[in-house]
Amino acid sequence: MATVVWFVASAAAIACAFAVILQRNPFISAIALLGNLASLATLFILLQSDFVAAAQIIVYAGAVMVMFLFVIAYIGPRGELPTTHRRTWQIVVASVAAGAILVELALVIGRSGLDSAAAVEDDFGSPQTVGQLFLTTYVGAFEMVSLLLLVAAIAAVVLGAGPRPMRVDLDERQRRVQEARELAASRSAE
Amino acid sequence: MTPGLGSYLIVSGLLFAIGLAGVLLRRSPLVVLLSLEVMLNSVNLSLVGFGRYNGSRDGQVFALVVMGVAAAEVVVGLGLIVAMERRKMALDTDELVELSG
Repeated sequence: MATVVWFVASAAAIACAFAVILQRNPFISAIALLGNLASLATLFILLQSDFVAAAQIIVYAGAVMVMFLFVIAYIGPRGELPTTHRRTWQIVVASVAAGAILVELALVIGRSGLDSAAAVEDDFGSPQTVGQLFLTTYVGAFEMVSLLLLVAAIAAVVLGAGPRPMRVDLDERQRRVQEARELAASRSAE
Repeated sequence: MTPGLGSYLIVSGLLFAIGLAGVLLRRSPLVVLLSLEVMLNSVNLSLVGFGRYNGSRDGQVFALVVMGVAAAEVVVGLGLIVAMERRKMALDTDELVELSG
């Protein structure tokens, strides 16, 4: 049973990943990524990591993907330039790099021989135990992530604000200061 | 019979390679970000898998931290794309070469 679920979820994850990189329309790419994330959540459940699977669906499929779809909708369905513009060496180098990584990983995994799972309790992936780790052993990492998210939120606001509309030219400002001084001087002379 | 650690790692490696090909091949910054998500998630799968097979919860904690970092990265990346769009710049990674020395 677990093998069947593993096979279906893995095949779906890989097919969706191919759809993400091959689709011309970014909207369909984003939907395919949603399928990829859901398949990975299934694999997480198979690995008894229930809380990570739930967080995957809520954080990724819920929040992050909605943000992606908002930006895609904002930019509009703008496709890439036709492939005739593309330089062939880019395709060759990219394929070689991806293939090299794949071969390397396959070699290492084939020799690892890590196939016997440790016995774990039923609450291996429960929110309670994982949350406890976050607030005890890994509290530093937890705080760093919250700080990082705050910085990212501020960065998004700054980036989204764009060029400032009310910028006074520096020369203009100096001229005004000069005028005000002259006015004050003429008044005190009177 | 349940699938062993090797089978999860192979799926993870395959997804990582597919994501890398997407990052290198696609020219729309949006799709590059989407491919980057595929790569980050493949690494999450191996982290959780290793954690499960060592009977340790540290892998899950690491995977959740990676999720937080990925969310921050997406926020900044999408902010940059929106800023580019507002300045009427071409949304094409081959055109954005002003910083190349």
